[in-house]
Amino acid sequence: MEVPILKQGEFLIATIQAALSDADLEHLRMALIQRVVRFRSRAVIVDVTAMDVMDSFASRTLKEIAQMIRLRGAETVIVGIQPEVAFAMVQLGITLETVATALDLEEGLAYLSQKFKNLN
Amino acid sequence: MPDEESRVAINSDQDIVLARQKGRTLAADSGFSSVDATLIATAISELARNIVTYAKRGEITLAGLADGGRRGIMIVASDQGPGIADIRQALRDGFSTSGSFGLGLPGVRRLMDEFEISSAPGQGTKVMVKKWRQERPEK
Repeated sequence: MEVPILKQGEFLIATIQAALSDADLEHLRMALIQRVVRFRSRAVIVDVTAMDVMDSFASRTLKEIAQMIRLRGAETVIVGIQPEVAFAMVQLGITLETVATALDLEEGLAYLSQKFKNLN
Repeated sequence: MPDEESRVAINSDQDIVLARQKGRTLAADSGFSSVDATLIATAISELARNIVTYAKRGEITLAGLADGGRRGIMIVASDQGPGIADIRQALRDGFSTSGSFGLGLPGVRRLMDEFEISSAPGQGTKVMVKKWRQERPEK
Protein backbone atom coordinates (compact mmCIF):
# COMPACT_ATOMS: atom_id res chain seq x y z
CA MET A 1 0.00 0.00 0.00
CA GLU A 2 1.86 3.02 -1.33
CA VAL A 3 1.12 6.33 0.40
CA PRO A 4 0.75 9.15 -2.14
CA ILE A 5 2.93 12.16 -1.39
CA LEU A 6 1.77 15.43 -2.90
CA LYS A 7 4.07 18.40 -3.38
CA GLN A 8 2.30 21.62 -2.54
CA GLY A 9 4.76 24.50 -2.89
CA GLU A 10 7.23 24.25 -0.03
CA PHE A 11 5.16 21.62 1.72
CA LEU A 12 4.70 17.90 1.22
CA ILE A 13 1.40 16.23 2.02
CA ALA A 14 1.32 12.47 2.63
CA THR A 15 -2.18 11.07 2.84
CA ILE A 16 -2.46 7.62 4.34
CA GLN A 17 -5.41 5.96 2.62
CA ALA A 18 -5.82 2.63 4.38
CA ALA A 19 -4.46 0.57 7.24
CA LEU A 20 -0.70 0.30 6.86
CA SER A 21 1.58 -2.60 7.64
CA ASP A 22 4.92 -2.02 9.36
CA ALA A 23 6.70 -2.34 6.03
CA ASP A 24 4.39 0.28 4.49
CA LEU A 25 5.19 2.68 7.34
CA GLU A 26 8.91 2.15 6.92
CA HIS A 27 8.56 2.75 3.22
CA LEU A 28 6.68 5.98 3.92
CA ARG A 29 9.47 7.12 6.23
CA MET A 30 12.07 6.60 3.53
CA ALA A 31 9.95 8.15 0.77
CA LEU A 32 9.25 11.27 2.84
CA ILE A 33 12.82 11.93 3.85
CA GLN A 34 13.99 11.47 0.25
CA ARG A 35 11.42 13.94 -1.04
CA VAL A 36 12.14 16.47 1.71
CA VAL A 37 15.75 16.41 0.52
CA ARG A 38 14.94 16.47 -3.19
CA PHE A 39 12.40 19.29 -3.02
CA ARG A 40 14.04 21.21 -0.15
CA SER A 41 10.62 21.15 1.52
CA ARG A 42 10.06 23.24 4.60
CA ALA A 43 7.29 21.14 6.07
CA VAL A 44 5.53 17.80 5.83
CA ILE A 45 1.93 17.05 6.68
CA VAL A 46 1.04 13.42 7.34
CA ASP A 47 -2.71 12.86 7.16
CA VAL A 48 -3.64 9.79 9.22
CA THR A 49 -7.42 10.18 8.99
CA ALA A 50 -7.75 6.73 7.41
CA MET A 51 -5.61 4.94 9.98
CA ASP A 52 -7.70 2.40 11.91
CA VAL A 53 -5.16 1.87 14.64
CA MET A 54 -2.15 3.80 15.87
CA ASP A 55 -0.18 1.28 17.84
CA SER A 56 3.26 1.61 19.39
CA PHE A 57 5.07 0.85 16.13
CA ALA A 58 3.08 3.34 14.05
CA SER A 59 3.52 6.06 16.67
CA ARG A 60 7.22 5.43 16.96
CA THR A 61 7.63 5.52 13.19
CA LEU A 62 5.76 8.83 12.96
CA LYS A 63 7.96 10.25 15.73
CA GLU A 64 11.06 9.09 13.87
CA ILE A 65 9.79 10.65 10.65
CA ALA A 66 9.29 13.95 12.49
CA GLN A 67 12.75 13.77 14.05
CA MET A 68 14.49 12.99 10.76
CA ILE A 69 12.65 15.79 9.05
CA ARG A 70 13.54 18.20 11.85
CA LEU A 71 17.20 17.35 11.32
CA ARG A 72 16.70 18.56 7.77
CA GLY A 73 15.44 21.85 9.17
CA ALA A 74 11.83 21.16 8.24
CA GLU A 75 8.66 20.71 10.24
CA THR A 76 6.19 17.82 10.50
CA VAL A 77 2.51 18.05 11.36
CA ILE A 78 0.37 14.95 11.95
CA VAL A 79 -3.26 15.62 11.10
CA GLY A 80 -6.50 13.68 11.34
CA ILE A 81 -5.98 11.38 14.33
CA GLN A 82 -9.50 10.03 14.89
CA PRO A 83 -11.04 10.50 18.35
CA GLU A 84 -11.25 6.78 19.12
CA VAL A 85 -7.70 6.27 17.86
CA ALA A 86 -6.53 9.11 20.16
CA PHE A 87 -8.36 7.44 23.05
CA ALA A 88 -6.66 4.11 22.38
CA MET A 89 -3.25 5.81 22.08
CA VAL A 90 -3.64 7.43 25.49
CA GLN A 91 -4.70 4.12 27.07
CA LEU A 92 -1.76 2.42 25.48
CA GLY A 93 0.55 5.04 26.94
CA ILE A 94 1.62 6.57 23.64
CA THR A 95 2.44 10.25 23.44
CA LEU A 96 3.35 12.26 20.38
CA GLU A 97 4.43 15.22 22.51
CA THR A 98 7.41 16.05 20.34
CA VAL A 99 5.36 16.15 17.14
CA ALA A 100 2.99 18.92 16.07
CA THR A 101 -0.58 17.76 15.50
CA ALA A 102 -3.64 19.44 14.01
CA LEU A 103 -7.28 18.51 13.68
CA ASP A 104 -7.32 18.02 9.93
CA LEU A 105 -5.49 18.91 6.74
CA GLU A 106 -6.98 22.41 6.61
CA GLU A 107 -5.89 23.17 10.19
CA GLY A 108 -2.48 21.70 9.50
CA LEU A 109 -1.99 23.94 6.48
CA ALA A 110 -3.21 26.95 8.46
CA TYR A 111 -0.76 26.14 11.26
CA LEU A 112 2.15 25.95 8.83
CA SER A 113 1.23 29.08 6.86
CA GLN A 114 1.03 31.00 10.13
CA LYS A 115 4.35 29.64 11.28
CA PHE A 116 6.20 30.43 8.04
CA LYS A 117 4.53 33.80 7.63
CA ASN A 118 6.04 34.83 10.96
CA LEU A 119 9.45 33.69 9.77
CA ASN A 120 9.40 35.47 6.43
CA MET B 1 -17.74 -20.07 26.66
CA PRO B 2 -16.73 -18.90 23.22
CA ASP B 3 -19.49 -19.13 20.63
CA GLU B 4 -17.65 -18.28 17.43
CA GLU B 5 -13.93 -18.60 17.05
CA SER B 6 -11.53 -17.58 14.35
CA ARG B 7 -7.82 -18.07 14.06
CA VAL B 8 -5.31 -15.86 12.34
CA ALA B 9 -1.84 -17.22 11.71
CA ILE B 10 0.76 -14.54 12.48
CA ASN B 11 3.83 -14.90 10.29
CA SER B 12 4.56 -11.38 9.10
CA ASP B 13 3.74 -7.73 9.71
CA GLN B 14 0.99 -8.04 7.09
CA ASP B 15 -0.80 -10.53 9.34
CA ILE B 16 -0.85 -7.94 12.15
CA VAL B 17 -3.12 -5.75 10.02
CA LEU B 18 -5.28 -8.75 9.08
CA ALA B 19 -5.67 -9.87 12.72
CA ARG B 20 -6.68 -6.47 14.00
CA GLN B 21 -9.15 -5.96 11.16
CA LYS B 22 -10.77 -9.32 11.93
CA GLY B 23 -10.88 -8.33 15.58
CA ARG B 24 -12.54 -5.03 14.79
CA THR B 25 -15.16 -6.76 12.64
CA LEU B 26 -15.89 -9.31 15.37
CA ALA B 27 -16.09 -6.52 17.98
CA ALA B 28 -18.53 -4.56 15.82
CA ASP B 29 -20.59 -7.71 15.20
CA SER B 30 -20.67 -8.34 18.95
CA GLY B 31 -22.18 -4.90 19.49
CA PHE B 32 -19.13 -3.04 20.79
CA SER B 33 -19.01 0.71 20.27
CA SER B 34 -16.56 2.01 17.70
CA VAL B 35 -14.34 3.34 20.52
CA ASP B 36 -14.19 -0.12 22.12
CA ALA B 37 -13.66 -1.76 18.73
CA THR B 38 -10.65 0.52 18.22
CA LEU B 39 -9.28 -0.33 21.69
CA ILE B 40 -9.66 -4.03 20.87
CA ALA B 41 -8.04 -3.64 17.44
CA THR B 42 -5.13 -1.75 19.03
CA ALA B 43 -4.63 -4.47 21.65
CA ILE B 44 -4.61 -7.12 18.90
CA SER B 45 -2.08 -5.08 16.96
CA GLU B 46 0.28 -4.98 19.95
CA LEU B 47 -0.13 -8.68 20.75
CA ALA B 48 0.41 -9.70 17.13
CA ARG B 49 3.45 -7.44 16.92
CA ASN B 50 4.98 -9.11 19.98
CA ILE B 51 4.61 -12.44 18.17
CA VAL B 52 6.32 -11.17 15.01
CA THR B 53 9.07 -9.38 16.95
CA TYR B 54 9.93 -12.01 19.54
CA ALA B 55 8.67 -15.36 18.24
CA LYS B 56 8.54 -14.78 14.44
CA ARG B 57 5.36 -16.83 14.17
CA GLY B 58 2.33 -17.71 16.20
CA GLU B 59 -1.39 -17.38 16.23
CA ILE B 60 -4.16 -15.05 17.33
CA THR B 61 -7.51 -16.59 18.23
CA LEU B 62 -10.57 -14.38 18.38
CA ALA B 63 -13.81 -15.45 19.99
CA GLY B 64 -17.09 -13.87 20.91
CA LEU B 65 -18.12 -14.44 24.53
CA ALA B 66 -21.53 -14.78 26.13
CA ASP B 67 -21.63 -15.05 29.91
CA GLY B 68 -25.20 -14.84 31.17
CA GLY B 69 -26.38 -11.52 29.84
CA ARG B 70 -22.88 -10.21 29.25
CA ARG B 71 -21.28 -10.20 25.85
CA GLY B 72 -17.65 -9.81 25.21
CA ILE B 73 -14.67 -10.74 23.13
CA MET B 74 -11.67 -12.89 23.93
CA ILE B 75 -8.30 -12.71 22.23
CA VAL B 76 -5.62 -15.33 22.71
CA ALA B 77 -2.14 -14.70 21.33
CA SER B 78 0.09 -17.74 21.46
CA ASP B 79 3.51 -18.58 20.14
CA GLN B 80 6.31 -21.10 20.58
CA GLY B 81 8.94 -18.41 20.77
CA PRO B 82 11.68 -17.87 23.36
CA GLY B 83 9.22 -17.06 26.14
CA ILE B 84 9.55 -14.45 28.86
CA ALA B 85 11.87 -15.04 31.80
CA ASP B 86 10.54 -12.28 34.04
CA ILE B 87 6.85 -11.66 33.44
CA ARG B 88 6.60 -9.00 36.16
CA GLN B 89 9.30 -7.01 34.48
CA ALA B 90 7.64 -7.44 31.06
CA LEU B 91 4.46 -5.95 32.49
CA ARG B 92 6.19 -2.79 33.62
CA ASP B 93 5.91 0.28 31.43
CA GLY B 94 9.05 1.00 29.50
CA PHE B 95 10.54 -2.48 29.66
CA SER B 96 11.71 -4.08 26.43
CA THR B 97 14.33 -6.53 25.32
CA SER B 98 14.02 -5.87 21.59
CA GLY B 99 15.01 -2.22 21.54
CA SER B 100 11.41 -1.34 20.78
CA PHE B 101 9.02 0.64 22.92
CA GLY B 102 8.32 -2.00 25.49
CA LEU B 103 4.91 -0.65 26.31
CA GLY B 104 3.15 -3.46 24.53
CA LEU B 105 2.00 -5.62 27.41
CA PRO B 106 1.14 -3.03 30.08
CA GLY B 107 -0.59 -1.01 27.37
CA VAL B 108 -2.63 -4.03 26.27
CA ARG B 109 -3.60 -4.65 29.88
CA ARG B 110 -4.94 -1.08 30.14
CA LEU B 111 -6.89 -1.40 26.88
CA MET B 112 -8.71 -4.56 27.95
CA ASP B 113 -10.76 -5.68 30.98
CA GLU B 114 -9.08 -9.00 31.73
CA PHE B 115 -5.49 -10.01 31.12
CA GLU B 116 -3.70 -13.31 31.70
CA ILE B 117 -0.26 -14.33 30.61
CA SER B 118 1.64 -17.57 30.85
CA SER B 119 5.18 -17.88 29.63
CA ALA B 120 8.50 -19.39 30.53
CA PRO B 121 11.86 -19.45 28.78
CA GLY B 122 11.74 -21.99 25.96
CA GLN B 123 8.03 -22.61 26.49
CA GLY B 124 6.55 -19.91 24.30
CA THR B 125 4.09 -17.28 25.42
CA LYS B 126 0.33 -17.23 25.72
CA VAL B 127 -1.58 -14.05 26.43
CA MET B 128 -5.34 -14.11 26.92
CA VAL B 129 -7.32 -10.89 27.13
CA LYS B 130 -11.02 -10.17 27.34
CA LYS B 131 -13.15 -7.14 26.94
CA TRP B 132 -16.80 -6.92 27.96
CA ARG B 133 -19.45 -4.72 26.49
CA GLN B 134 -20.14 -1.71 28.65
CA GLU B 135 -23.71 -2.44 29.71
CA ARG B 136 -22.83 -2.57 33.39
CA PRO B 137 -22.06 0.61 35.33
CA GLU B 138 -18.59 2.00 34.65
CA LYS B 139 -15.99 0.62 37.02
